[in-house]
Amino acid sequence: MYSSKEIRNLTAVELGRKIADKEITSVQATKAYLEQIENTEKSINAYITVMAEKALERADFIDKKIADGEIWSNLMGVPMAIKDVLCMKDTLTSCGSKILGNFYPTYTSTAVENLLNAGVVVLGKTNMDEFAMGSTTESSYFGATKNPWDLNRVPGGSSGGSAAAVAANSCAAALGTDTGGSIRQPASFCGITGIKPTYGRVSRYGQIAYGSSLDQIGPMAKDITDCAAILEIISGHDCKDSTSADRDDTDFTSSLENNVKGMKIGVPKDYFLDGIDEDVKTNVLAAAEKFRELGAEVEYFDLGMVKYAIPAYYIIACAEASSNLERFDGVKYGYRTPKFTDLNDMYKKTRSEGFGDEVKRRIMLGSFVLSSGYFDAYYVKALRVKALIKQAFDSAFEKYDIILSPVAPTTALKIGESLSDPIKMYLGDVYTVSINLTGIPAVSLPCGYDKDGLPIGLQLMAQTFNEKTAIKAAYTFEQSFKENLRHSPMYE
Amino acid sequence: MSKEYEAVIGLEVHVELNTKTKIFCGCSTAFGGSPNINVCPVCSGMPGSLPVLNRAVVDKAISIGLATNCNITRNSKFDRKNYFYPDNPQNYQISQLYYPICRDGKIEIETENGKKFVRIHEMHMEEDAGKLIHNTFTGETYVDFNRSGVPLVEIVSEPDMRSADEVLAYLDKLRLTVQYLNASDCKLNEGSMRVDVNMSLREKGTEKLGTRTETKNLNSFKAIKRCIENEFERQADILDAGEKVVQETRRWDDDKGYSYTMRSKEDAQDYRYFPDPDLVPLIIDDEWLARIKASQPELRDEKKERYAREYGIPEYDIGLITEYKELANIFEDGVNSGADPKKVSNWIIGETLRLAKDFETDIADISFSGKNLASLIKLLDEKKINNTIAKQVFEHVFKENVNPVEYAEKNNLIIKTDTGALAEMVKKAVAANPKAVADMKAGKKKAMGAIVGFVMKEMKGKCDPAEVNKLVMEELAKL
Repeated sequence: MYSSKEIRNLTAVELGRKIADKEITSVQATKAYLEQIENTEKSINAYITVMAEKALERADFIDKKIADGEIWSNLMGVPMAIKDVLCMKDTLTSCGSKILGNFYPTYTSTAVENLLNAGVVVLGKTNMDEFAMGSTTESSYFGATKNPWDLNRVPGGSSGGSAAAVAANSCAAALGTDTGGSIRQPASFCGITGIKPTYGRVSRYGQIAYGSSLDQIGPMAKDITDCAAILEIISGHDCKDSTSADRDDTDFTSSLENNVKGMKIGVPKDYFLDGIDEDVKTNVLAAAEKFRELGAEVEYFDLGMVKYAIPAYYIIACAEASSNLERFDGVKYGYRTPKFTDLNDMYKKTRSEGFGDEVKRRIMLGSFVLSSGYFDAYYVKALRVKALIKQAFDSAFEKYDIILSPVAPTTALKIGESLSDPIKMYLGDVYTVSINLTGIPAVSLPCGYDKDGLPIGLQLMAQTFNEKTAIKAAYTFEQSFKENLRHSPMYE
Repeated sequence: MSKEYEAVIGLEVHVELNTKTKIFCGCSTAFGGSPNINVCPVCSGMPGSLPVLNRAVVDKAISIGLATNCNITRNSKFDRKNYFYPDNPQNYQISQLYYPICRDGKIEIETENGKKFVRIHEMHMEEDAGKLIHNTFTGETYVDFNRSGVPLVEIVSEPDMRSADEVLAYLDKLRLTVQYLNASDCKLNEGSMRVDVNMSLREKGTEKLGTRTETKNLNSFKAIKRCIENEFERQADILDAGEKVVQETRRWDDDKGYSYTMRSKEDAQDYRYFPDPDLVPLIIDDEWLARIKASQPELRDEKKERYAREYGIPEYDIGLITEYKELANIFEDGVNSGADPKKVSNWIIGETLRLAKDFETDIADISFSGKNLASLIKLLDEKKINNTIAKQVFEHVFKENVNPVEYAEKNNLIIKTDTGALAEMVKKAVAANPKAVADMKAGKKKAMGAIVGFVMKEMKGKCDPAEVNKLVMEELAKL
């Protein structure tokens, strides 16, 4: 008999194995995590919705299936959390916004559907920056999420709820989404592991869109093994998403190998110039040296185009967002202003009252860059920059299997610090947005801790659809880092 | 003295394509039905839903493009047109601005002034919007998304037309082409074909284009003609007064017979077009294009030539028959079943069109088989029925597509070939109509009718009137 604590100390894959072996039931596991949610939610506010009753019902159903000898996947019966940007039928899916504060979708997103078909139990929906716009999870209509390492700090964002829940051990693993770093940066701030897969790897159907050409769903978990297992389940072609890739190289767990001998790793020198914390720099460069020790060939090089990534990203993402968010108008679903005089008044008030400041800022920015007279100067130019950035990465990947960098220039910021200065927050995305602009995959995993004991993330990027290379590198590093790995004070 | 003006007209024509499912989801395109029955997360603009292109829409668009001599864009794309309106669930319409599927076409039209080409600037695919339903009692408005996502093509002509007649000739040609391709039923009154008229005037003999207006809400060919004539007068009056035509969008009111301003250029919306990131570029490869080319049906002009060549029927008949693909199909079916082309043609342009008018049947909805018409003609040729009965039977062919032989036999309409019985009846008739016989003898030829009529009535029409006439004459001669 395992105690709740012992259950929670297992990784998702370990727990899945014990559930399959009937050593632990899914109900026990679900109760263990619901208990931890109870313990931690008041302090961290990682969840928008906790589905205790539904989760237990589902776990009981899964246990019966297992008793009948059915095994659907290596994560069958494992309790997970889902970022509130992913639609789940008849379950509040708010996107962290007032405007969807009463929205219960009629259908379930493909990624979640894939998890459900694998027998995963959903514990609840996690908090996020409103419409995934932000790097702190402070812009949520449902209040900020706190970082389990230090409750005065943000968990990062926009998948801050998922990251905090994994770090506080109030779920075995979670799904996040990443448009400009929204999986990797909170993973970094919360000392957990996350993967932003190649664009097209995971179906976006049912993911409430922010920047459609950049959005990608991915796993956030206790280690790279869990991430690989989850990615294996959620990836694959979906006839409901024209941009999803039809490929069969999705056996990601097969690349969990402790071996980087001969692997070529490039470290962009121009990522370590200005604005980077000394502790972050030291630890990430130490990680690079660790790879050399482990047998990889490590080289420092100039990537180029670095300073253009953020402006290009914000133009493209906001342009798409300004259009994607037009459907929230008070007509069909979601919030509608109670008092209005005519249609335009209804639109104006609904959207003014329903959206938060950061969302409005990005809608205005996006509408501006798409408007006639400015379209070529901003949007078209940003697309050109995007193509140049892609070229820079392509030529780097001709030489290297992996590009190694920090995830963010800092560790977790203090709550409120970036609200007053959005530009500063945007600049924090310098190492992550290029990955979305180029569509390549990247892993974020812990590689050290700063002077305050806050986690520092390491980013390992690979060429398009080469997740396996990044997973292998991450697994190898993780093995070497085992002794140093720490958990947040709330973890146990 | 007022100057002489020339109208310069270009058209934007929306055609609703008749695919089974919508352009970006699997919902049915069926017209009518209760509100919001043919909807899904995609066509109702639910958060997180994504469009997936229906390739049958592309097939039909390419097919129209080829038939109108357009270049097919081999690397086409979809763009978002952003505007807020409740019938538009995403508040953007997926359309094509930068890389429309077809470009640079032309079609030949014919009017009293002869033949000419009207160039097609471009043709693009897009999705239709839903419909608003206003409750005037409560002041509430509801939205029905059944039509949302129904595929449309918008065909934009160059300003090559100079009169209402040319416009109507162009539209008729376009309608027939699209109907022949089975791409749409093109009904203006039901909205499956919608026409916006762009028009300006310039002094005759000058080249420079004047300021144009765009007029919407034209629901019939008649309305289009009236609108163009009305707009000509309106703009001419403005120009004669030395004033300037305002560039604007106008709305035609067919009841009142005039148009009024909907929105001026200053109110023109900025649609903030940009490529839709949810859809991948549409690549039309050689194979795809070849497949559509191979399956292009015979179009009207080709048919007209062939009918004249192969069947030798009058040009007038050919014109009427090929006016509707459905009639042409019946005609060819009938001729292929062995009937005489001219006889088939007569039944189509005569009785068929008459019945269509009587029963208020849309000609496009006529669906009896030419084979049945051919067997009716055969019954007549073999004198197994007479003309009157043939018309009766044909009515059932028209309405229920009955097999004329089976129908005539079942209803006992076949002419009795038993001449003995007919001769008996003629004798009886002569005997029963002494006055008519006397009149006949006295030279009143009209009296013949009474005797023949008696026979026809007694025989319930199942005899050949010519045959009866002959027998009556013979009988009278005996007296």
